[in-house]
Amino acid sequence: MAEAVLGHPAAAPGLSVPFIGPDAARRGIGYEGIAVAYKGTIVLADFTLAVRPGEIMALIGPSGSGKTTALRVTAGFVRPLRGRVHIGGRDVTDLPPYARSIGMVVQNYALFPHMPAYENVAFGLRARGAQEATIREQVAACLRMVGMESFAKRYPRELSGGQQQRVAIARALAIRPEVLLLDEPLSALDAQIRLTMLEELSRLHRSLPTLTVIYVTHDQTEALTLADRIGIMRDGRLVALGDCQGLYRRPPNRFAAEFLGRANLLPVTVEAEDAASGLARVRFGAASLMVRRNPEATAGQAALLCIRPHDLRLEPPGPSANSLAASVSEVRWKGDLHDIGFEIGGHRLRLTAAPLRTPPEAGALVNCYFAPEDATLIPEERRG
Amino acid sequence: MLVWSRAGRAGAWAVLALLVGVIYALPAIIIILASVTGQWNGVLPSHFTLRHYANALHGSSAAMLRASIVTGLLASALALVNGSWAALALRNTRPLPRRVLDIVFFIPSAVPSVSVGLGLLVAFSRPPVLLNGTLAIVFVAHFVLVSAYSYGNVSAGLARITPEYEQIAESLGARPWYRLRHVTLPLLMPYLIAAFSLSFALSMGELGATVMVYPPGWVTLPVGIFGITDRGAVFDGSALTVLLAVTALAVLIALSRIPIKAAQR
Ligand SMILES: Nc1ncnc2c1ncn2[C@@H]1O[C@H](COP(=O)(O)OP(=O)(O)OP(=O)(O)O)[C@@H](O)[C@H]1O
Ligand SMILES: [Mg+2]
Repeated sequence: MAEAVLGHPAAAPGLSVPFIGPDAARRGIGYEGIAVAYKGTIVLADFTLAVRPGEIMALIGPSGSGKTTALRVTAGFVRPLRGRVHIGGRDVTDLPPYARSIGMVVQNYALFPHMPAYENVAFGLRARGAQEATIREQVAACLRMVGMESFAKRYPRELSGGQQQRVAIARALAIRPEVLLLDEPLSALDAQIRLTMLEELSRLHRSLPTLTVIYVTHDQTEALTLADRIGIMRDGRLVALGDCQGLYRRPPNRFAAEFLGRANLLPVTVEAEDAASGLARVRFGAASLMVRRNPEATAGQAALLCIRPHDLRLEPPGPSANSLAASVSEVRWKGDLHDIGFEIGGHRLRLTAAPLRTPPEAGALVNCYFAPEDATLIPEERRG
Repeated sequence: MLVWSRAGRAGAWAVLALLVGVIYALPAIIIILASVTGQWNGVLPSHFTLRHYANALHGSSAAMLRASIVTGLLASALALVNGSWAALALRNTRPLPRRVLDIVFFIPSAVPSVSVGLGLLVAFSRPPVLLNGTLAIVFVAHFVLVSAYSYGNVSAGLARITPEYEQIAESLGARPWYRLRHVTLPLLMPYLIAAFSLSFALSMGELGATVMVYPPGWVTLPVGIFGITDRGAVFDGSALTVLLAVTALAVLIALSRIPIKAAQR
């Protein structure tokens, strides 16, 4: 535990020189060039990622993109063909799962059906030969942490989905792991409970700041709410990685833009750049637009202009706002917002706004606006 | 097949009742009747008696019953251990070796049991392994015959347990033995009990192989029944049959009452 504390600045405020070293990255979870194949099919290819100690890293990506596989490699359930895994500064690639000190919660929780909640939580401690007194104390603490102390005697089949999930988390935390792996832990719950559980997970992590968490999900809201950083996976590869805000505001590629939050993407040509203001001028059809500059999309290059639906406005947000003439193709009222579809030179755009008193009508010609700082450029992907 | 009309459903039940009645109930009723018959010349017995049961409970039949139960319990227990071990060991092997072992296990139940008995007799009547005329060869015969059922049941059970339970157990720090003892076996319990029950029932009724190999002092009930009816004492044989059936049933009921915590909802 002491090592993990050292690695986490928030948990060691008195430490004048925080741990910085060549293998700082390995002190959380480090993956170096991991490749995994099932029956000859590569499902994880050259997976390299450093999860910082104490951080919540969300892995998102479409179904089959290898998220669960990445967790299984971490826990030691599958052996990578190539590459190394480090946990807490230790190379665990050749260690069996029971020697790795990892807490894992799988999608269907997999609570042992033949044991009541208490015994489920106690399992890891008993397997490690802990003293009965320690077990009692630790299990009670973990059940309390997830608010399940009054359900200790219930069998899993007597618990609701959300309660099972809490017990599964308590079971994973009871062994005081350095690493907690969560595989779509909320996907079996309804929307209401999901929100509550999301808050509870946040709270839990605040109370265990040295715990390194990998959180796999399909759901971008969960990732954005909970995670410090997000990794986006596609076809067994990590295609984007960054802190939530950065990744959301400046997606590095088209896939990231579309997968994390819905993005409006327009093909443009970069005309001129201005390093001083950080802006660039781009051409979209006949329109000339000012957007945030991307050093990887230089003058003359084709690029994608990315604007989030909530950054498009029907009124100019400022004097320097860009303007695009568009025709309204559909208007949807969704209670707390209006969702308006536009058509512009054969491209579709979406705008979301707080409910409008006088929404435009389908078929109308309107101007929509966006501020230069709200638009980013994605370099055109090289086609292979 | 789903039958919706009322007449259709009644018809289906009638056919089922007839089949069950003729195939299962009639022979059983006849045997039960025969076991209490003093004389049977017409369609129904003309004179009832409990003499056959008195015969059955005295003399050699008690020893036969004991031989059957001991053989059944021992062979089934060994087959269960062996079958579970084989199923667990073969679970993660490649398909080819598993196929081969599947076949090895299942052959004895596919050939006539007399042939199995003969095979054992020939194999074990000369050195290095001399079992001819010993108790052991009876156990071996029963063990070989019921192994397929133990192995088959346990493998079927294993295939239905998602590997996640065991993986989670392992990630929580359970070493292989601990995991086997506290997770895999408890989850397999229903299948283990089913395997043992089936083996025991089969062993209690086994005749073909036992007749070939049994030593003088170890006559199982089926062998005894065969001998008695062969000598013409059909009613005594029937009483022994009822005794055999009741004993087997009692053991099976006891087994089915073992509480299984792993039972899913
Ligand atoms: N045991 C297995 N045998 C063969 N192929 C497998 C196995 N497990 C997973 N795969 C394949 O590996 C790929 C990655 O699977 P993985 O479970 O990691 O995806 P995922 O990103 O977790 O998807 P989801 O979001 O649907 O859970 C998929 O194409 C899947 O079909
Ligand atoms: Mg998955």
